[in-house]
Amino acid sequence: MRHVELKDGADLDGFRRALRGLVALDVEPDAVVWSGGATPSLFGDTAPLPADAPPVPLPRPVGALIESVVCHRDPERYALLHRLVRRVVRGERDILDHHADPLIHRLALLDKAVRRDLHKMHAFLRFREVRDPANSEDRGGERYVAWFEPDHFIVEATAPFFVERFESLVWTILTPVGSLHWDRRSLTVGPAALRPEGLDRDDRFAEGWQRYYESTFNPARVNPTAMRAEMPRKYWANLPEAAAIPAMIRSAPARVQAMIEAEAAAPRRRNPDKAVAAMARQEPATLAELNRIIRAADPLVPGATQAVLGEGPEEAAIAIVGEQPGDQEDMEGRPFVGPAGQLLDRALEEAGIERSAAYLTNAVKHFKFVARGKRRLHQSPTAGEVKHYRWWLMKELAFVRPRLVVTLGATAALALSGRSVSVLRERGPMGFGDWEGFVTVHPSYLLRLPAGEEAEQAYRDFVADLRRAREVVEGAG
Amino acid sequence: MDDALLDKLEILADAAKYDASCASSGAKRRTGGPDGIGSTTGAGICHAYTPDGRCVSLLKILLTNYCLFDCAYCINRRSSNVRRARFSVDEVVQLTLGFYKRNCIEGLFLSSGIIRSPDHTMEQLMLVARTLRRDHGFAGYIHLKTIPEASPWLIEQAGLWADRLSINLELASDRSLKQFAPEKDGSSIKAVMGQVGERILEAKEEKRRFSPAGQSTQMIVGADASTDLSVLETSDTLYRRYGLRRVYYSAFSPIPEASSALPAKPPPLQRENRLYQADWLLRYYGFTVDEIAAGGEGGMLDLGIDPKLAWALKNRERFPVDVNSADREMLLRVPGLGARAVDKIVEARRHTTLRLEDVARLSSGLKRARAFLIAADHHPGGLTDRADLRQRLVAPPKQLSLF
Repeated sequence: MRHVELKDGADLDGFRRALRGLVALDVEPDAVVWSGGATPSLFGDTAPLPADAPPVPLPRPVGALIESVVCHRDPERYALLHRLVRRVVRGERDILDHHADPLIHRLALLDKAVRRDLHKMHAFLRFREVRDPANSEDRGGERYVAWFEPDHFIVEATAPFFVERFESLVWTILTPVGSLHWDRRSLTVGPAALRPEGLDRDDRFAEGWQRYYESTFNPARVNPTAMRAEMPRKYWANLPEAAAIPAMIRSAPARVQAMIEAEAAAPRRRNPDKAVAAMARQEPATLAELNRIIRAADPLVPGATQAVLGEGPEEAAIAIVGEQPGDQEDMEGRPFVGPAGQLLDRALEEAGIERSAAYLTNAVKHFKFVARGKRRLHQSPTAGEVKHYRWWLMKELAFVRPRLVVTLGATAALALSGRSVSVLRERGPMGFGDWEGFVTVHPSYLLRLPAGEEAEQAYRDFVADLRRAREVVEGAG
Repeated sequence: MDDALLDKLEILADAAKYDASCASSGAKRRTGGPDGIGSTTGAGICHAYTPDGRCVSLLKILLTNYCLFDCAYCINRRSSNVRRARFSVDEVVQLTLGFYKRNCIEGLFLSSGIIRSPDHTMEQLMLVARTLRRDHGFAGYIHLKTIPEASPWLIEQAGLWADRLSINLELASDRSLKQFAPEKDGSSIKAVMGQVGERILEAKEEKRRFSPAGQSTQMIVGADASTDLSVLETSDTLYRRYGLRRVYYSAFSPIPEASSALPAKPPPLQRENRLYQADWLLRYYGFTVDEIAAGGEGGMLDLGIDPKLAWALKNRERFPVDVNSADREMLLRVPGLGARAVDKIVEARRHTTLRLEDVARLSSGLKRARAFLIAADHHPGGLTDRADLRQRLVAPPKQLSLF
């Protein structure tokens, strides 16, 4: 008979060391007696296990199961895990799929109990704020302390959850099986603790929580069995709000009876006019109001300095819609002022359209980019992002009411038509629902073409498009 | 926190509690880091349970219970005489952070009565979420109720900050909506669901954040004459057409200051429970609405037994099924076997031939399942077809005999 002594609680390291030795020596599980530190050995000394036995390779799910089950209070846990590992080592690699196997079933129950305990500690632990005047450099000495009584040896296992969630706070968790302290930089695992004094001290938020708990309860649906299934009595002692439960249950029937007996109020004359009027009034009434909303709103694509609004007379005959502001537009807050804008200006002039008489805007109001060193490289908006902005664009056009909407490039055409448009193939007149439209290329496309005959031809085509657009408007006028 | 704020909290929590939704699940993993606060774990946590058996996961409050609308089923309707209160944006932010730091909640579920205008109201809701996220680095869960009458751009903005958006349909049919909620409009509610659903889908494809935990809705059951069949048909449409994550069913419960347009007595709470069970069958067990409804009578579910058992009792020719050879779809239809038990059965039977005691280790519902199952050492024989099978399965608990 071999005797293995481990530390009290969840001694994962000790178990791992012992297991390596036991596997190396091929010891039968039935020939091992496991004991926690508190249990004195009845067997005297047995031959020590080799200290340098190699690691035992295990499938990942088996390793995870061991880490969990080791936390259980059941004194048999180490023996059961040893049996599991021996079977894995002997070839049953997918042993965890054997759900009906009695050993696997038993371990699954232990695992489930530990996970439930972890979950309940995450859920039912309550911090109290204790001001610490001695330590005032940190957020005015804001400190939190909690007392909790878990069923199993899970205190260390819960630490990642609390550190992750409350990384920016200073806190201490005390339990009868160990404690944790976090100082915003490092975690200290401490010994078992006693329930601290002074936790019932005045904390307005704790009082507020109690009031909230009582108010959110619906007396017409009282069902204490369902409550106790999820929040058994054993947790109530450390839940401040639970003190109110008996009175809440006792008074519920009377409260319901009072509601039912109270004479139903006759429906007053329903006049929805006020509500309907309020709804009608909320729409922006002018372009300036709409622009105020757009300017105040957050970019639906991240990163931009500011929203770039449309520009031009409100009664313009032609509206020109681009893709989105570029680097320079983003900084100046005006549309079409960068290199593409300058090219557009030139083409407009050649086509006989006065820039100041047209309304210029973009489908997307914010600049989207990736930073490369000091440069901000333009990124096309996605189809979803274009839709985020669509409502604003449509409102804008509804205020301007142009005779023709010229879209530059695929993004603008998508925003207006609601479908993806192949600009080079479909350039020319196109109906956009309420608006008569005209599809052409974006000047930045012309800038990307290598200099040469092809580029010059593309520019001439662009000017020709703008000229045709002008003729459409003049013809319509 | 002063007394005035405590009083407001009491009023505005009481006013919000009739919304059944409480989930804090479905958000991507996220942490606030050394400068923010909070985390979302994906699964959600219930931090307490009240004596009505409902969980407390999020701080569920209204921004205000003043309201321009006059929906008969709602305690906060314009014509009700309840106490009114109104939080400022900052008060909601402070309450959320204060409770969150004490580990009382997973986050915030904020809704509101309609004040001034739907746009104004929606903007305030959005501002709460934006302040929490941007000014406080709050990484906990935020569920915002969407005001369907608000302008689309506000809903586009709300989705940037919230984990979940929801719009309550409240009543299954447009006719009931007209009758009980004169200012509401069923088609505009569905239009917003469509807008939100589309944005969520696009954002997912384009790997952007927009209401990452999806959208949900709630229907009140028992306030109007809608049958379970029509409620489930509506849910089915919502799941399919708008990709909703959850439909919540809330059995109409008597409210203080009730309107006389409503039934005085609540429907049995069991009805709500059966609807949830049916909803699960719809989403995870491969049942159709018609199959579920056929288990009951006249479009109503059987209140005495769960809808899966009701279906099985009316389709006995399809049982018993062999636990060692039946396909997954058919095992899912066996009363008493849940989806997880079925997955375990399918895995376990690859390695061994299952006997009844093996099945007992995999499922806690064997008592109901055994009449419908064949195992290596078990055949229900005539049990499956016995006329009194229903009575046997739902026999009332026996009284202990006293000597």
